[in-house]
Amino acid sequence: MSATFLGMPGNFPKNSARAVQDSQLRYNLRKATHTIRGKRASVVGELPDWQELRAAGKAIKDETLRHLDRYLVQLEETVTAAGGHVHWARDAAEANRIVAGLVKATGEREVVKVKSMATQEIGLNEALAAEGITAYETDLAELIVQLGDDFPSHILVPAIHRNRAEIREIFLDRMDDAPPGLTDEPAALAEAARVHLRERFLRSKVAVSGANFMVAETGTLVVLESEGNGRMCLTLPETLISVVGIEKVLPTWRDLEVFLQLLPRSSTGERMNPYTSTWTGSAEGQDFHLVLLDNGRTDVLADEVGRQALRCIRCSACLNVCPVYERAGGHAYGSVYPGPIGAILTPQLRGMGSELDASLPYASSLCGACYDVCPVAIDIPEVLVDLRAKAPHGAAERAGMRVAGWVLNDQARLAAAQRAAGRLRRLVPRRLPGPLSAWTDTRDLPGIPEESFRDWWEREG
Amino acid sequence: MSRSAREDILARIRRAVDGAPEVEIPRRYRVTAEADDLVGLFAERVGDYRAIVHVVPEAEVPARIAAIVGGRRMVVPDGLPAGWTPPDAPGAGPADPYTADGVVTGCAVAIAETGTIVLDTGPGQGSRAQTLVPDYHLCVVRADQIVAGVPEAVSRLDPARPLTWISGPSATSDIELNRVEGVHGPRTLEVLIATP
Ligand code: SF4
Repeated sequence: MSATFLGMPGNFPKNSARAVQDSQLRYNLRKATHTIRGKRASVVGELPDWQELRAAGKAIKDETLRHLDRYLVQLEETVTAAGGHVHWARDAAEANRIVAGLVKATGEREVVKVKSMATQEIGLNEALAAEGITAYETDLAELIVQLGDDFPSHILVPAIHRNRAEIREIFLDRMDDAPPGLTDEPAALAEAARVHLRERFLRSKVAVSGANFMVAETGTLVVLESEGNGRMCLTLPETLISVVGIEKVLPTWRDLEVFLQLLPRSSTGERMNPYTSTWTGSAEGQDFHLVLLDNGRTDVLADEVGRQALRCIRCSACLNVCPVYERAGGHAYGSVYPGPIGAILTPQLRGMGSELDASLPYASSLCGACYDVCPVAIDIPEVLVDLRAKAPHGAAERAGMRVAGWVLNDQARLAAAQRAAGRLRRLVPRRLPGPLSAWTDTRDLPGIPEESFRDWWEREG
Repeated sequence: MSRSAREDILARIRRAVDGAPEVEIPRRYRVTAEADDLVGLFAERVGDYRAIVHVVPEAEVPARIAAIVGGRRMVVPDGLPAGWTPPDAPGAGPADPYTADGVVTGCAVAIAETGTIVLDTGPGQGSRAQTLVPDYHLCVVRADQIVAGVPEAVSRLDPARPLTWISGPSATSDIELNRVEGVHGPRTLEVLIATP
């Protein structure tokens, strides 16, 4: 059973300092983020209308949020009309209670799960375990995390911090049917997972999923995935329970023409992900339940600056370009939402009561790379600055300053930060507004040349 | 009595967005993409996912299917055009997807720009389980089913039907971001494009 992030101790600086000392982790992360980054850039570059799609995506989300009440009511009507059942949950405990109740009503004691940030956010697996229900993760990465009794560290590639040798070890150690001669070839590891989960898929009666999008107009839910475990969970079990954040609704079917272009290219860096499933209510006779989750989202919505974080479609592009994430790793953020989006979403969802959550707005050098790649144009630096102004000052702030200092002081790190920033000169905020300007006055990046000297040296020399 | 979660959440939303500005949605992106050679582009993009692709004149499709399928025991979904049924497919009606070697289907729409096939469980496309469980999927795409981009596909599709968008074989990049074909869905995808 993977551990839960809820109530994770520490703060960002302490957690990240630990990660930075782990050279294997740093190597894995760097390799992975740079690979996806390159793929994303090339498939985004193929579309002549990327900026227009991005503008539309941003506006569709803003319009949805503006009338979220109306669209949720409409969604409830359309899902119900198509034979589905809609439940509302104010917080994690209420959502977990609803799901546990639905599972118990089927008489089953096991559920299969397809990766979902929302169910991780509410700690559903642990809540189900407390009710005697076992939840089996079926994504390869989630399986690695669950078997390794570990935390996910990336939105898209939750086991990004593990290399193939470590994965092999985990499988041999914890997977009872792992073949003894298992090698660390990715194909062999994938095959072991396929065999391990096959029977479970075929016999499971209940599945739990999230959704990437819900269409108010038609009552349709949409899940994007790669492996086919999503299709297995969504299709084969008799009962399907989807737990989805209220901000995931889209007004019209047509809106998918925008998001089915923005999301795959931004996340896996593919023209399209291998599988996308859509279903409306009770499909092919399945018993379908939709649990609409608030859990702090309406608080975020009430904040004029911070509410843009609710546009997020969880593509993870901002993680992959973030110089701080690349060094600190996902675990340092102490939440299921790591990286730049986590730094603005977690403190808003959970409040800034804990030292960890109050330190998150400082987990950034404000270089602006995240904003530039975000497919729904969330101005993450703007929200970070705003949250810093709102955060309780004192310990968290002092600690946070050390993080930014750490990223920028070391020569090698500075080089990377400059390279990232060089492409984005226009966007780099030079000074923070208000009382924090004293902070930036002493720590402002030097003028950032289009190509850093170091890059020029490597290219010419 | 305390208010229901539904009423609570809706009330909180209304308070949160009270007075927020209205939003215009600019749709200046391409709703019809241009491509001179849809078949060629689709074939190239499907191939990029490491699927096997053939472009075949419509009249030769039955013979080609028979040759490709060979001795494999295939699921034959209801409504598959008679000529597309492999000769040694087990009798009338679909084979059991849990024991079959593969499945042969048509599709609802295909997208050239992204190399995507969309199934909507209509005639000749099988149930979702039939196209998921077997390890091999042979899909016949008629040239007139290929559209250029995603917006055209979305407008052709019926949201009331369960849809499966397929772009290449099942894959994972979870291990050091190496794309490995075939985890839970069919490990081999073969596409036959039928041209007039
Ligand atoms: S904030 Fe933007 S870039 Fe980051 S995960 Fe969300 S949508 Fe993607």
